[in-house]
Amino acid sequence: MTELACRKISVCLDGHRLLSDVSLQLKPGELLGIVGANGAGKSTLMRALVGLHKLQSGRVDLGGQALPSWGANARARVLAYLPQGHMVHWPQPCRDLVALGRLPYGDAQRPSGMAAIDHALQATETQDFAHAIVQTLSGGERARVLLARVLAGEPDVLLADEPLAALDPAQQLRMMGLLRSRAQSGRAIAVVLHDLTLAARYCSRVLVLHKGRVLADGVPAQVLNNSQLAHAFGVEALHMTHEGETCILPWRLAASLPI
Amino acid sequence: MKRLGLDATSVCMLVGLLGLTMLSLSLGPADISPQRLLEGAMAGDMIPSRILLDLRVPRTVLCLAVGAGLGLSGAAMQGLLRNPLAEPGLLGVSSGAALGAVLALYSGFADRFALALPLAGFTGTAIAVTFVFVLAGRHTSSTALILAGVAVTSLCGALISLVLNWSNNPMAVNEIVFWMLGSLADRSRSDMQLAIPFIALGAALLLSSRRGLAALSIGEEAAHSMGINLAGLRTRMLLGCALCVGAAVSVSGSIGFIGLVAPHLMRASVKGDPARLLPRAALCGALLLTMADLCVRALHGRGPELKLGVLTALVGAPFFLTLILRTRKVQL
Repeated sequence: MTELACRKISVCLDGHRLLSDVSLQLKPGELLGIVGANGAGKSTLMRALVGLHKLQSGRVDLGGQALPSWGANARARVLAYLPQGHMVHWPQPCRDLVALGRLPYGDAQRPSGMAAIDHALQATETQDFAHAIVQTLSGGERARVLLARVLAGEPDVLLADEPLAALDPAQQLRMMGLLRSRAQSGRAIAVVLHDLTLAARYCSRVLVLHKGRVLADGVPAQVLNNSQLAHAFGVEALHMTHEGETCILPWRLAASLPI
Repeated sequence: MKRLGLDATSVCMLVGLLGLTMLSLSLGPADISPQRLLEGAMAGDMIPSRILLDLRVPRTVLCLAVGAGLGLSGAAMQGLLRNPLAEPGLLGVSSGAALGAVLALYSGFADRFALALPLAGFTGTAIAVTFVFVLAGRHTSSTALILAGVAVTSLCGALISLVLNWSNNPMAVNEIVFWMLGSLADRSRSDMQLAIPFIALGAALLLSSRRGLAALSIGEEAAHSMGINLAGLRTRMLLGCALCVGAAVSVSGSIGFIGLVAPHLMRASVKGDPARLLPRAALCGALLLTMADLCVRALHGRGPELKLGVLTALVGAPFFLTLILRTRKVQL
């Protein structure tokens, strides 16, 4: 299994610094939650980790090897990325979209690829509309189909940018459970989240971004405390424990916003 | 059939194309039966050989190749730009070729030797594509590519108008306008030999981009993460389109709508897959242009000559409108 790491990466676009000296290590078996306010740099970090942004400084390593030195296809077999949103440009059947996950292997029509596609459809509970045209689905169903696409590639490292944004509560719980079980089987998964309770319950580690910098990185109980949340989001949150697990509910705007 | 990757639709289209090819080879102004023509050509008789090999074969082969090149390029452009309204001329390739040919006609260079006109078209294409590359940059988005194409198309259009404006020879203006209407009448074996290798090379480049087009259907970022080199894909596809369309326009003049309509006609049959659409759109383009050319030949002698480009636009535009109305009903 493969590890993804970045060391002191900075990204600038049109003269604006979007990320400053961000370092992180994503090890096999980890489910890393990335949280932060709008514009904190979460999606930029995801794109930088997959090689979509030119780095102003720092480096990204995949499996101990610099990311740019990987061949495009070899990298795609190991590292998968689910971008934000669920744009599909042509009216295609869902199964064909999920089959794109096997593109780096070129085996979508062979038994090995077909088994992986079926498995991904079952895991995301999208097999019932596998032959439906994707434009006929709801936003949440489409989001699950696109998650199935990255799962079908069976990557060692998976980066997912807000995969739960359009999902109903039940599907959010199911998909976080699915990602956690994938991580526990040895994959390294990083997921951008806005739901702090889901981050606290399911993630083995949480990274808080604030204005393009890492504000905190560690186990959820330590990182998602009131002081950090006030700093990162400008909110006061209720912390509760239910059935032995943490529940974090943003309650009101923080009285004085941190400088 | 399945082992060859052919389904029922492809087989029907191939059979139809074969039939139209036979019809195209057997029809012409010379009063000679297809059987006599074939027997005479095989026996080495001069007149049947010249009718078949110097007139009908070049016209038929060019019909097939130009139609396939335009259909394929249209599907490729729509897939690359993820825009169903994209067509081969969008990136300035056709207008560059047209400007080159118009300048050759205006300056009299076209009369110097047989291939002067198509070669001028090729030169125009090469200059237009270089401009688009320089304007858009190798690593920029599809939007930059479209804008660069629109700018080059407008510039070429303006220069063609300027040439027409400056031309004080009504015959030359007439010749330019007629050339721009598009036709495959009286094309020689030299035209065929000039255009076919470029169209074939362009088609090979476009068909080798199928994997990238499939990935692009969910966006550029996802395609990059699936191992697609986007800058390389854009360069390969732009060159492929330039070769196909530049060669086509250089020998046939401007023929519209084939590149736009053929992919739309075929999209449902490949369930929206932009990769599988490429060979299907090429086949459809070849069918449509051969049919259109047969109609032009059937109407020949009944009033003024109808140009191929005029017919494709006359039939293509209302057909395309109907298609849009039909798709609007089923799209959500």
